[in-house]
Formats: sequence, structure tokens, C-alpha cells
Amino acid sequence: MSSEGQFKPKMLGIICNWCCYGGADLCGVSRFQYPTYIRLIRVMCSGRVDLKHILLAFANGVDGMFVGGCHINDCHYNPEGNYDAMSMVNLCKKLLEHIGINPKRLRLEWVSAGEGIRFANIMNEFAREIEELGPLGKSEGLETAELNARIEKMAKLVPYIKLEKMEKLALHDINGDYTKLYTSEEIDGLIREAPSYWIDPDRCQACMTCARRCPADAVISAKNQVHVIDQDKCIRCGTCLAACPERFGAVTKIVGEPVPPPLPEEKRAIVRKGKEGAGESSPVAG
Amino acid sequence: MEKELLEKGQGNFGDVMIVGGGISGIQAALDLGTAGFKVYFVEKSPTVGGKMAHLDKTFPTNDCSMCIESPKFVECKRHPNIEMLTYSEVEKVEGEAGDFTVTVVRKPRYVDETKCTGCTVCVEYCPVKYPDQFNQGISNNKAIHIYFAQAIPLVTYVDDSCLYLKEGKCRVCEAACKTHAINFDQKPERMEIKVGAIILSPGIEPFDARVREEYHYGDFVNVVNALDYERLLCATGPYEGEILRASDRKHPHNIAWIHCVGSRQVTEGGNSYCSAVCCTYTQKQVILTKDHDDGARCTIFHNDIRSYGKDFERFYQRTENLPGVRFIRSYVSIEREDPVTKNVTVRYSTPDDGVKEEEFDMVVLSVGLAPPANLKGIADAFGIELNSHGFCKINPANPLLTTRPGIFVSGAFQGPMDIPESVLSASGAGSLCGEILSYRRGNLSKERVYPEERDVSGEEPKIGVYVCHCGANIGRIVNVPETVAYSLSLPNVVHAEESLFICSTEAAAMLAKDIEERGLNRVIVAACTPRTHEPLFRDTLREAGINQYYYDMANIREHCSWVHSKEKEAATQKAKDIIRMSVARSCHLEPLQEFDLPVDKRALVVGGGISGMTSALSIAKQGHEVWLVEKEKELGGMVRKLHYTLEGLDVQAFLKDLVAKVYNHPMIHVYTGATIPEATGYVGNFVTKIESSRGTAEIKHGATVVAIGADLYTPTEYLYGEDDRVMNHLELEERIAAGDEKVIGAKSAVMIQCVGCRNEERNYCSRICCSESIKNALLLKERNPDMDVCVLFRDIRTYGFKEDYYREAAGKGVRFIRYEPDKKPLVEPGKAEDGRDVLKVTAPDYVLGKGIELDADLLVLAAAIIPSAASQEVSKLFKVALGPDGFCQEAHVKLRPVDFAAEGVYLCGTAHYPKLMSEAISQAYGAAGRALTLLANDTVVASGSVCAVNEKQCMGCGACAPACTYNAIELRETKQGRKAEVIPVLCKGCGLCNSKCPTGAIQLKHYTDEEIFSQILAGLHKGDIMEQQDEAVGNA
Repeated sequence: MSSEGQFKPKMLGIICNWCCYGGADLCGVSRFQYPTYIRLIRVMCSGRVDLKHILLAFANGVDGMFVGGCHINDCHYNPEGNYDAMSMVNLCKKLLEHIGINPKRLRLEWVSAGEGIRFANIMNEFAREIEELGPLGKSEGLETAELNARIEKMAKLVPYIKLEKMEKLALHDINGDYTKLYTSEEIDGLIREAPSYWIDPDRCQACMTCARRCPADAVISAKNQVHVIDQDKCIRCGTCLAACPERFGAVTKIVGEPVPPPLPEEKRAIVRKGKEGAGESSPVAG
Repeated sequence: MEKELLEKGQGNFGDVMIVGGGISGIQAALDLGTAGFKVYFVEKSPTVGGKMAHLDKTFPTNDCSMCIESPKFVECKRHPNIEMLTYSEVEKVEGEAGDFTVTVVRKPRYVDETKCTGCTVCVEYCPVKYPDQFNQGISNNKAIHIYFAQAIPLVTYVDDSCLYLKEGKCRVCEAACKTHAINFDQKPERMEIKVGAIILSPGIEPFDARVREEYHYGDFVNVVNALDYERLLCATGPYEGEILRASDRKHPHNIAWIHCVGSRQVTEGGNSYCSAVCCTYTQKQVILTKDHDDGARCTIFHNDIRSYGKDFERFYQRTENLPGVRFIRSYVSIEREDPVTKNVTVRYSTPDDGVKEEEFDMVVLSVGLAPPANLKGIADAFGIELNSHGFCKINPANPLLTTRPGIFVSGAFQGPMDIPESVLSASGAGSLCGEILSYRRGNLSKERVYPEERDVSGEEPKIGVYVCHCGANIGRIVNVPETVAYSLSLPNVVHAEESLFICSTEAAAMLAKDIEERGLNRVIVAACTPRTHEPLFRDTLREAGINQYYYDMANIREHCSWVHSKEKEAATQKAKDIIRMSVARSCHLEPLQEFDLPVDKRALVVGGGISGMTSALSIAKQGHEVWLVEKEKELGGMVRKLHYTLEGLDVQAFLKDLVAKVYNHPMIHVYTGATIPEATGYVGNFVTKIESSRGTAEIKHGATVVAIGADLYTPTEYLYGEDDRVMNHLELEERIAAGDEKVIGAKSAVMIQCVGCRNEERNYCSRICCSESIKNALLLKERNPDMDVCVLFRDIRTYGFKEDYYREAAGKGVRFIRYEPDKKPLVEPGKAEDGRDVLKVTAPDYVLGKGIELDADLLVLAAAIIPSAASQEVSKLFKVALGPDGFCQEAHVKLRPVDFAAEGVYLCGTAHYPKLMSEAISQAYGAAGRALTLLANDTVVASGSVCAVNEKQCMGCGACAPACTYNAIELRETKQGRKAEVIPVLCKGCGLCNSKCPTGAIQLKHYTDEEIFSQILAGLHKGDIMEQQDEAVGNA
């Protein structure tokens, strides 16, 4: 019954409602057959598919990930979301490559609602390709733990990557070769220069401004308590740096160096020099 | 009941009466009801549905017929402007257009519709077994029964086989009925209803093969007709979807189909016309037979194969290429029945083997379409005339008009046609009603009222999962009971059950009841694609007082049972996974509110051919301003080249009149020599730029009709363009009309059909060319009876009543010679016997068996109709899809033939597929009718699935705003810095901003990261759902 040893890949597809989902429906209506392992998720536009979705799937053992949209310039929506999908997928392929995952495991295709046979052909071909590659990590020569650690690290950088590549991710260039939109060197540099943010306990005045502004709730703060950035939660957006009042200048951007360890909780209380003097003399220590 | 009270209060006043509850009548009722008219919907049988409800699947997509039709029943029933009168017939119609008084007789059901719950206890007790009409009398039903499972209304009725009605005894049902719904005192009820217009859509009857004894139908037990066979194929059929022989209840493995039974026959009892649908429905039955039994041998005895419709040619090829399928071109006779095996012997002949006899397990008669049974009664009651075939006599320039003003005709009562044509003619007839009743639109209409929504936000998810068998479509592959048991094991699922057809009214009612009684706050239906059925189930949730966005659909048919039909186990596993993903997602679903978008009341029609003009005029006549844009300097399109129709219409005079009407209409703005550089906007609110010699205009409109027409193929074969004796069929027509002596005085003309299509490059039939060539042949014969006219054809496709002209041409001495695509005719200049210069045309002759050589003074090529050169551009501008052959792709081949998937955009004419003028006109009215369902309303409901910003998470980076070209995102300054804000009415729900946002602050509702994450994890056997399930298993 069970064919031991025969690899049955885990595959997911995120496909747009208007074209690719329609193509998959027509494929069914026409009774074209394809392997049973792919599971499909419907979104309204392929441009909705997020780097986070793909990395999450890989972090959870997907062997092949498919994104399907309308043919270029056929997008149902005015903003032509399939360009966005094309840029995002090509960026994601580079990110996967950077962490040692074969980018062939991520595939983007256009299927119109009239192309049932095309959908079946793509499914069959992609499934065969993934079968040949074997389980995630196998063709890469990576242990699961190592692989997951790498993906997790990359997933944490997604907000930073989105900010840095904001323009390219929104590029709509009809003649552009999107496979060359991102280069490996570019990605290496991008990851190398991923910043961290750190609050200098000597300068922090516990004004809570950065904490209120932080979109990720990553600043551990309280009144009269030196603020500390939770590096696990931090999305490296730099909002705190911009928010910290200039006269305090407590937030520092750190690139290429380790972040100093946070102040132990019991030492975070701010010692202010006498109540009278607080108004005139600079509260900044040192 | 409420409806009835209201009715009594208002008196029997309506706007339109629709007579005939098949798919055509249903479409007309829904269109008119939505466009603000009060509709009385009369059907003679106990339920709406018509012939389509009897079909197993529909060609050429093999969609499940009941699955796509029954949601429309429910829609009709729920529509506040539709008053249904089933089991009722029209006795007489008095008055005139705008003011008819119709006398309707309601036959006694002997069951009180208001009391019957459809529980069918009475059916169990009824002692009378009677051949089931719905199943063609193959299996039995009771004298009291529900017509079929999806019937509307879903109540029983007593038919005339009832013992009490016949012999005055029994009344067992009366005692069994707990609600005292049975009432044998019911008498026929006569009522008068006042309406302004009437649409007649009584449909057709299958040809009764008993009339022709040589078929032995009703005599040989294993000779069945196609409708019988349709029921045999169907999961709700007499043998639950098993194809069995009546003689021994065994599977037939060797089946023959005989084409043209009762069609294309001038002998006694037959019909001379072609029934237009039988070739393709036979192919469908063959494909389905092979689905049931892949070893089955199928033999089709046919005349011409008439695959003239959109995608029919591919469908034919698909059938032909199946193993064990033979197409044999031969006349046949049914010889005898084996007295023991009951097998049937058929005699036929082939050119190679001569006369042969062969035995089959079963013979299916591909019977044609005949006019409705009591056609005389209909004609008398409505005061309309019939044509010589007993169908409705129609106006050749407008097939929707009967001979009595104010009474319109839709569907196959016009003449044999398929489902999409029945549907679009219904929308068209609706538009014509709108033209005469526009002044009273909205006066009698009502709004739909839903119960108040229950607030379930504080509740834990309580999910109900309903797994559909879809007849056998899912159940035959996926183990449904196992899937249901699995669903119950999933966290938060409090109820799961299976259903034969979850789309039936009965199931919908049960679902609503479950929501109330079991306190469900999420519903998952594991069945077919959400692209067709989601609206129906969302509506069910609304009716049950739950927010409709708490509904999710698990597609285990198109994405599972149909694509993994050979792997039952793996398909069952996949179905479970799909349901698990849906359950995971459902836990995160949120209630969303839809909102109303304003509708600009104006329309844009792109293309000023006959379709565009007809559509524009019909919309304008209903009080809406229309912009009509044509790229050429003159209106008229391809019809400018036509002069005659087969039926004898003077095309140029008709065109001139139509152009004048268009120019003279104060509500139509005509732009000729115009282009459209830019089109933006969305349903109800489009903005389009028009460039013409008058400069650039920017217009705003609520609806768009695409009527860009088609082009004519320029042949590269048969010396076209090299020899002036070679011309295409339209050029010939122009020259005949011009009285060109060279043409009319010619000694011989040869016509070659299928030039540039039905080949690899264009794998479709251009539909009109056979009729066009026969029309030209008849014209030539009329002008010059001595002319030798010869048509070289592959299949003559004069579908419907056009067959009569084919016969007429043959009768007048036009020779028809068949050729095969691999042996095309050869053309070269040469000399005739009398020494004149001719074109020598050589072709094989399949009847005489040797080559034939023809001398042609004129060579006429039936050049293909090809998609308009503008189609690519228009497709991009208006965000509409093109099909594989380059013609515009409608939203649904069968049931939305003039809609695009893009809301608010409609199509008609040859932009859709090649078609004759009368068909294009019908479709143009159809597009107008559909556009009115939008334009007649002040608002259109926009999805609640729009983006929203969590302000705390927004860092004001501005990545989202440029991603949105709908300008739905604004950035504004707040105390906490710059923040994005979504203007919901402008958001179209694509979610592009969502994937740009670094912090996840902006989320597309109903497709949030949380929801998608949960689906991804559940799909990979990870995440909360697995942990909770493991925990549950551990605890157990």
C-alpha cells in the first residue's frame, strides 16, 4: 500500500481568484489530471502574496511553492498586481538562494481562466521538478535545524527588506527583465548591512516617545525606566531613531557590529539629579 | 405567506409576466426583477427548472447542469420582485402592450404550499407507484411527490395517478401529513393579473421518436432517447448514476448513438429543420459515458457534424480522440432486437465496407427539439402566430419580437437553440420590456429585507462543515463519510454532515436551520468552486442572521475529485487537507460590512456595428445616456457589406434605418473615427477617454458594452488576391447586390468552405459561412438559373431553420461535394471544354469514390471570421479576458453569456464569436438588458473585503500609497507621525498595499496575513490546528 521511499512532496500554491484560480477550475471541469500533493490558497490578486507567506511556508517544510496570477497586463485590477508578484517572487528567489535554498522550489506562473490545460501542465511539470529535487534541504545539503534557523533569520529581515526595496517591489516595467531585477551581490550587501537599533541607557530620558511610535511594540518602556529595544521583536524600521528627540539622541543605528547587551531590569531606573535642578541643568548624564 | 398577504393588499398588479420557467424564463425574471420591475413568473409544471434541470451535464464545459441552475431557482424564490406561480397556465391574454390582463389558472396541487414543509412523509405512505416523470418514466415515483430534490417551491403535489382522484378512495397521505397540508378539496383557481408586457419562454419538447416506428422506441427495450440517457448518466437519475439497461439492469458496454432523429427529415412525422444541439450533446454523452466506464465502446452514426458554436470544435475533437470511440458517417436503420439478450442490431453502410450490420447493447436516439406540446393552445391564449414548424413566428430583424406587440419571446421557442442563447435572449427580451415600461420602473419593486445580524464576536468559533457529494461528482472519488468524520475531529468544528447536493433549496434551508439551532457562527461548505457558488451560500448565512463573511468554501471538486479521479485515497486525503485549511482560516474570519457604491447612470458602448448600435439604442430608450464609440468613419461595421439574409431581409435598408434611429436619439452621443486611449474606474464608476476629430473627451459612465465585432480572414490560399475570379463570400454578395454582370452571367461558380478556420491555426468553426454560401448560391440561382453552382464543404452547418435553405439550394440544383481537410481542393488556371478560361478545381468525391474536376468562372472562398484586430487592446483597456481563439471570454459559458468576469462590463455580437445578424441583434439586446440590471439601480453593493490600517502598527513609510492606483490610500499627519488611511469606497480589495507594508499595519480584510498564515500552516500539517487536534487526541 504505502510505497516506502517514494518521495511525495509537500506543495502549496497561492493563486489569484480571477485568472489562475479560474484556470485551476477549468482544469477540473476539463478533467485534466495532476498530482495530488499540491494544496491551493485563493487570494484576490497575485500581488497580495507576501514575502512573509513564502518564507513561512519554507520554514514549515514546503518542498515547492507556487504563485499563480493573470498574464502580464491582464490583471483584473487597475494597479496590475502581477507585476508586483513578479518583483516579489524574483526577490524572494534571491533571498532563498542567499540562505542556500534552491530557488527552483519557488515558481511563479501566469495562467488565464481559459487555460485549464496550461494549469495542469504546470502542475505536472513543477511536481516532477520538485520530486527530482527531493525534500527541502536534501538537494541543498542542509539539516532541517540549520535550514530553519536560516529561514527564521531571513524572515525577521522582511520588514527591513521591504523598506529598502520599496521602489523595486512596486516596479511596473513592461519591458523589464524581472529575473535580473535583483542581483546576488545586491542581496548579500542588503543582508550584510541590515541594521540594529540600540538605546544608549546613558542618554535615554524615558520619555516614551520611541515606545509609542514603535510599530512593532519592541521598545520595553515604563515611566522613569530606561527604555530597551527587544531585539527579537525589533523589525529594524528605524522609527525609534527618527522619533527620539534630537536633544536626547539616545537611539543609535548599529551596522556590522554586535548590539550591546540590554541593561538588567533592576538597573533601569533613571537617577535624576535633584528635583530643583531638573528644569534648568541638562538631565543628560555625563 | 407574507408575500401572499402583500399580494392581496396590492391586487394582482405587475410589470412583466414571464411564462415558462426554464433557464430562459429564470434569467428574464432575475434580470427584470433586479432592474426594478415586478415580475409574475408562471410555470406549468410543479417547479421551475425546465429542460435544463433534466440534464446531467452541459456542453462544452461539462458543468453539472443542476449545480449551475439550481442556485438560480433559489435566487428567484428569494427575489422580492418575483412572484412565482408554479403549476399554473395562462388561459388568455387581453388588452395591449402596456396594459395586458392575463388570466392564469392555478392547477390544484392538492397540497397547501403554505403548510407543506417538504418532509415527504406523505410520499412514504402513498401506495401508488407511478413512472417518475422527472426520470423519464424509467424508475417509479409516488402519486404524491416532490418533482425533484432541488424543486422550487420545495413542496409535494399530487399527480393524476392518485387513487383518490381516480377512484375516490385511499387518502392515506392526508392522514400521514402532520401539518394538514393535504387538501383534496382544492379546485383550479382562476386569477386575473395585470401586467405591461409578457415574455414567452415555454421552451421545447424532445422529439417523440414513437411517431417514427422504424426507430422502435418504446418497442425495443434497449433503445432509449437522449433525454432518457441523460437521466441514466445523472447521479439523481433512475439508477443513481449507473448506466443500466432496462432489460437486465446490466451496464451496456457497446453503445450506439443515432443522430438526427426527428430532425433534418422531410418524411412523415419528422421535422425538416436541424435541431442545433444534438451533435454536441451526443458528444457530451459519449465523454460522460467514457467517464463512467472507460472501457465502453461508443459509436456515433452521424450526418454532418455541426460543431458551429464557441469551443464546440475542440469538444468534438476531444470526443473523437477518446479510445473506443467511432464516428461513422452513415444513415442507419434499426433492424431487430435479439429476443434473448435484447441487444439491438443496426444496419449502416460505409464507403469502404459497404452495407454492414452490427449489434449493440444499447442504442441512444439523439432526438431533436420539437415545439412545446400544446403549441396551438399557447398561440390561441397569447394571440400570437406560429411559423410553419410550430415554433413562434418571429420578426426576421429582431428574433425577440412575436407578432403581437408587447409580447416577447425568449429561449428555444424562437427555434432550436442551446442554453447560452436561451439565456441571452431572455436578457434581451427583458431589455425590450424595459423599453416599453421604463416609465413605471421601480413603482412596484421592493427591497430585500434580511434579519438583523447576530453578534457573535464574543463567541468561540463554532464551525459547521457540510461536505457535498455533488451527485457523484465528488462522492464517487472522495470518501465523503470519512471526510465528514475527519471534519468533526477538527478543533472548533461542532457539526459536520454530508449532502447529496448542498446547493439544493432543501439543503440551504437545513443549513440555515443548523445555524439557528446548533448556534453555528462559521460555515464551511466543502463542494465546488467559490467562483460560482459562494454568493448563494453567503446569502444563506445572511438569511440565517449571520454575517456572510463567516462563510468559507473548500473546493474539493474542481481542485480535487475532478483532477484526481484515478486516485481515490489520495483525493480523500487531499479533501481532508483542504477542509482543515478552511477550518483554520475560518477561526480567523471576521464579520465585514458591505457598502453601497453610487452608480453613474450612463453607459459606454464600444463598437458601432449592428450589435453596438442595437445595444446603445435599447439602453437609451430606457432613459440612459449612451456614448457610442466607433473606430471607423461610419457606423455599421461588417453589416455594411451585407445586403440580404437567408430569410429575405433587406439588410441595407434595415441598417440605414437603424443608423438614423441612433443619430436621431437625443440620449446617444456618437463618436466615429474615434479611439480610446485610456479607460479606468470600476463597476458603476468608469472613466474613459475618447479621442476623435472633435478632440479628447473624458466621459464618466456606470456600464460598458464591448461590441467590437470581428474581422474577416484574408485568404492566402486558392489564388486569392492573385486572380480576380477568386473572391470571398462577402465580396460575392456585394457584387451580386451591385448586379455585376461578370458574376451573374458566369457559367459556373465554385464555393470552397472552411477557408482559414477549422485548422490548426484557428481551431474553430466560423459558424456563419455555410449559411452565407447557401444564401449566395440561392441568389445566383435566382438571378441565373442556368448557372452551375457547386459548394465544396466539410460539414454543412445550417443549424436550426436554416436547414430549409440548404434543402432548397440542393433542390434547385446546387451541387454539394464534401472534402476532407487532408485532401483539400486544388485550384489552377486552365481551359474548359468549350475553350473558355476557367479555374480548374479538383476535389475527391466521396460518394462516387473518384476525383472530380470542376470548371469555375467564379471561385468563392468562405473566409473565416477572425477576432477583431482591436480585441487585444480592448481586452487590456477594459480588463476583460480573451478566450483561446482570441474572442472575448464571457464570465460563464452557459449562464453568463453576455457578462464579463469584470463587473459592469458586458459583451455582444461577433466580439464574442462569429454569429449571424439576427443572433448578434438578440445578443445586443441581451447585453443592454444586463447593463440595465446595473444602471437601473442607484447603487451597487461593494465587497466588505477592503483594506484597513492598524494605526499603531503604521510607521508612515508610505510604501502602500503608490501601490494603490485607485487612490484609496491617503497619508495624513497625526500626533504619532505620518499614518496611512484607507478610503474604503475606493478600495477594490486587491491587497497590493498589504504585501508592500513592512509592519503588516495595513491588512486586506478577509485575506489577512493571519488568515493566509493559518492556511499555509494547516496545509503543511503545522500550526495551531494540528496542535489543538493532537491535544484533543491525547486527552481522549
